[in-house]
Amino acid sequence: MIVDVQPSSSAAARTAPVQTSPILDIHDVTVAYQRKPVLWDIDLVLDQPCLAGIVGPNGAGKSTLIKAVLGLVPLASGEVRIFGKPVAEQRRRIGYVPQRESIDWDFPVSVLDVVLMGTYGELGWFRRPGAKQRVWARQCLEKLGLQDLEHQQIGQLSGGQQQRTFLARALAQKADIYFMDEPLAGVDAATERIIFNLLRELRDQGNTVVVVHHDLRTVPTYFDHVVLLNVRLVASGPVATVFSQENLKKTYGARLSLLEAAAEAVRERSS
Amino acid sequence: MILLAFTHADIDAALWTIAVGLVCNLSCALLGCFLVLRRMSLVGDAISHAVLPGIALAVLFTGQITSTYILLGAMIFGMLTAFLSESLNAFAGVSEDASLGIVFTSFFALGVILISKVFAHTDLDPGCVFLGNLEMVPLDKVDWLGMWIPRAFPTMLLGLVLTAGFISLFWKELKLSSLDPALAAAMGFSPRLVHYLLIALVAGVVVASFEAVGSILVIPLLIVPAATAHLLCDRLAWMLAWSALLSITCTVLGYVLASRWLLNVNVGGMMASVALAQFFLAVLFAPRHGIVAKVLRTLWLSLRIASEDILARLYRLEEKGTEAPTLTESNPWITRVALGQLRRRGWIRYQDGSWALTSSGRQPAASIVRAHRLWEAFLGEHFELPLDHLHAAAERMEHYLDPGLQSELAQALLEPQRDPHGKSIPPS
Amino acid sequence: MMLLLAVAYNTLVVLTGVSLLGACAGVVGCFAVLRRRSLTGDALAHAALPGLCLAYLIVGQREREPMLFAALATGLLGIALIAALRRWTRVKEDAAIGVVLSFFGVGVVLLSVIQGLPGGARAGLQSYNLGQTAGLTREDVAFIGGLALLTVLVVLVLYKEFKLITFDQGFARVQGWPALRLDLALMGLIALVVVLGLPAVGVLLVAALLIVPAAAARFWTQRLWLMLMLSAGFGTVACFSGTVLSNDWDLPPGPCIVLVGAAIFLFSVAVPPHRGLVGRILARRRCQRDLAYGTLLNTLFDLSEPFLPVRPALPRDELAQRRSWPPATLQRLLRRGVVLGHVDVNHQGVMLTRAGLLEAAQVTQGRRLWAQFLQDHPESAQGMVSFDAASLDTLVPQAILAELQNRLRSAGRLPLALVGAEDKA
Repeated sequence: MIVDVQPSSSAAARTAPVQTSPILDIHDVTVAYQRKPVLWDIDLVLDQPCLAGIVGPNGAGKSTLIKAVLGLVPLASGEVRIFGKPVAEQRRRIGYVPQRESIDWDFPVSVLDVVLMGTYGELGWFRRPGAKQRVWARQCLEKLGLQDLEHQQIGQLSGGQQQRTFLARALAQKADIYFMDEPLAGVDAATERIIFNLLRELRDQGNTVVVVHHDLRTVPTYFDHVVLLNVRLVASGPVATVFSQENLKKTYGARLSLLEAAAEAVRERSS
Repeated sequence: MILLAFTHADIDAALWTIAVGLVCNLSCALLGCFLVLRRMSLVGDAISHAVLPGIALAVLFTGQITSTYILLGAMIFGMLTAFLSESLNAFAGVSEDASLGIVFTSFFALGVILISKVFAHTDLDPGCVFLGNLEMVPLDKVDWLGMWIPRAFPTMLLGLVLTAGFISLFWKELKLSSLDPALAAAMGFSPRLVHYLLIALVAGVVVASFEAVGSILVIPLLIVPAATAHLLCDRLAWMLAWSALLSITCTVLGYVLASRWLLNVNVGGMMASVALAQFFLAVLFAPRHGIVAKVLRTLWLSLRIASEDILARLYRLEEKGTEAPTLTESNPWITRVALGQLRRRGWIRYQDGSWALTSSGRQPAASIVRAHRLWEAFLGEHFELPLDHLHAAAERMEHYLDPGLQSELAQALLEPQRDPHGKSIPPS
Repeated sequence: MMLLLAVAYNTLVVLTGVSLLGACAGVVGCFAVLRRRSLTGDALAHAALPGLCLAYLIVGQREREPMLFAALATGLLGIALIAALRRWTRVKEDAAIGVVLSFFGVGVVLLSVIQGLPGGARAGLQSYNLGQTAGLTREDVAFIGGLALLTVLVVLVLYKEFKLITFDQGFARVQGWPALRLDLALMGLIALVVVLGLPAVGVLLVAALLIVPAAAARFWTQRLWLMLMLSAGFGTVACFSGTVLSNDWDLPPGPCIVLVGAAIFLFSVAVPPHRGLVGRILARRRCQRDLAYGTLLNTLFDLSEPFLPVRPALPRDELAQRRSWPPATLQRLLRRGVVLGHVDVNHQGVMLTRAGLLEAAQVTQGRRLWAQFLQDHPESAQGMVSFDAASLDTLVPQAILAELQNRLRSAGRLPLALVGAEDKA
């Protein structure tokens, strides 16, 4: 069930006064299902704009981490702050691309309608999107090469086009930090490239993009910050240092042959 | 002669009956769109049954058949139904459909018992609660702002106004939370709030429709026009419009057919039947999503593919210098139709015991073969597939590569002359 | 005297009939509920009305066999329609069920046609709305008895097949079982129960017969055969008592049966210790409390670790900051610690007692071992990891557990070793 999160009461004052708030501050977050941890004691800080990838095996809690940050699942403990404030107060600055599986593709909306939904946050309750929002939505569509498809119903698009539509929607949210849950699931190579060019552009403009990613091989190419997750946080930091064979072993286990390929990729890139 | 049988009173009664029916059914049809899209059709069904105790209690306490307390009672029980069944699902682990079934049948049973006790003291027939009594409505008139209107009408009109107002005010919130509740929650538009408001409104509208069509027949009028509209269009606003239109037609047509001048049957049931007829017509004949349309599209595609396969085959045989006495593709029927079509177009001819391309047919045939061989070249170069894997893939792709894509491919491959098998690629 | 006997006999007949019906519905309903087809029964019942009316119109009078047959036919047609709509159109399953429910409207039209016919009002088809058990004759009961027998037979013979398609349809298909045909068999049984239940309980409530006893039985057991028997029992009790009550209080029988069933359901929801609602909510709350308290002990141990074997007084601020607990929560946890004798709180801060240190060491050891397990064996760990130290012994192989303990010990991080209590563990 979706839970509306309550803004957490102000935590006890930290001993060291913080000059500038980190962009994302996940402190001691635990999400449990009865006695089993789904996420356990996650401490994660992002203080620079970056393109961060969250990787880990199936069931590692990657999607849950994003949902926990956004307040969509209840926390057993811990708190999350974005730009120094509780998440509920920062919703305007957060962009979210949920997983695509649960969308009903027979829903009677057009591509433009979906992208316009990204502007709803700025409009607030009851106001309808106007000409200004439409212009902005069209610009977002153009950024993702979808301008010719704006009147198509979403069920008529290919998988890659559908994913790009939801990314255009995220873009339309004009957020400062974006959370994306498996944006590349089931997408062809060309679309993947388009999407990542966009994400890189977002990062270059000073935004932070946090992506749940499923393909280890492309981590060194796409991301500058990586978070290795397996219920607990294994490691978090710049790809060059953190994405090592040892850490991958701790996250995935020794039997993954992909580790070799991934470690190789890191070596290639750093050399 | 029949016309003379219509008295002024008859027409007045007819018009009012239709008006009342229209108002009820319109509200149902509009709200029903959101129930269908949010996969809450069965919740709507449950609510239509579960509001009964609320009504009975209101009648018990106020002693009146129609009052605002009934509306209140209905809304409370409607929300209670949704709340209890969601709780059973979430906390007790009962599956969604079973939770709903348990809650609404229990409430309904309770309602029936209360109603039979309540109505025992009156001379009203409890059946009318279930099946409505639309014809009786215009006979019970009261003075309202100087006009004589059916007593139930203002309540129903209020229902319609509230519905229209709700949908209008919460338009984008409804749209967003119906399509993507996760994003709605992340953005701060509480999907829960919208959900419960919708349910409360459905409960209210359902109960306002009681006098018209009764509780049992509300469900067809909630769901069926909306489901029909869903088949007819691809925009939410249009879906609402279609749903409204369909409910208007089924109200009017249903009334007319059921009236004592024609079939003389239960009005509510007739309206539901007309709605069903509309639904099935749409299932079959809807322009884009109807079954007939889909079948025709598939057939047309198969025909096109068969024609192109024939052209390509003839081209290849021509290259080799072989004759083509017979042509059998996978499906003999489609082959025959395709051959006929190609012949009519003047692209092939049958002479001297075999099929052959005509001069005007050679160009389209060459284009297919060009597409095929370009694709093989592309696959061979970029994916390093073994030779025997190329043909099958190209067999499929050749039908979808139009000249524009072909020239793009050719450019990317630097205008190749031959495919991986060594055959020459026809020029464009 | 003879009249009394006659009345008693009639009642006996009726009661036998409804009881058998309840048992049948309970058994078949289990499969319906487990396969998430609870409301299909409702759709079936609503779609049956046109069939009943058509049969009456064609035959000219109320005869059991044709009406049964027609009801079955239109009911099954409805089910087929749902499947067809789901498969070939963009209409979703719930809307499809809604469409089939609307066939009731056609039935109502036909009903009003019948009532216009001479003798139509006496046909008593109205009774199908809410049921009329009193109308059950010996032949009806014989029919129901036959159905009961059939049901039992089918379920016995096809028990393991039904079990398979209920719990793992994909697997069943892979293994070659004709899942579709079994599904149809099940649907057929459901349809029979519905159609035979119509005269007794009525269209509007026969779905409840299928759903409520089965859902209630679920709370008492996880084992299918036991669930089937319980469900049959509940169904029988509900039908029997409901009929008796409806007679005594002069109410329609359908609603009475359903309400008795609902009472049984509520009882089943609340009472069973583990699966009942109250038990569950309490268990959940206990879980959360234990989790939070365990975290407190863990934190206290972590903060005390550098100073061992001395037990330091830890300032509350440090504690709160470490875990970002709101003051109220921290207060509540500390109070529990004091009550349990694990913690001393004074103006200097918070201190573990000797007993508390031991307890905290155990909790911490459990968590560290799980964390180590997660790190060393990530591919196997996920489903198993728990906050519960005791589950280590049951879930993790001894050899691996020993290895993990050694790992921690050599790193100087095995809590029970640090407090010198390892042998006592």
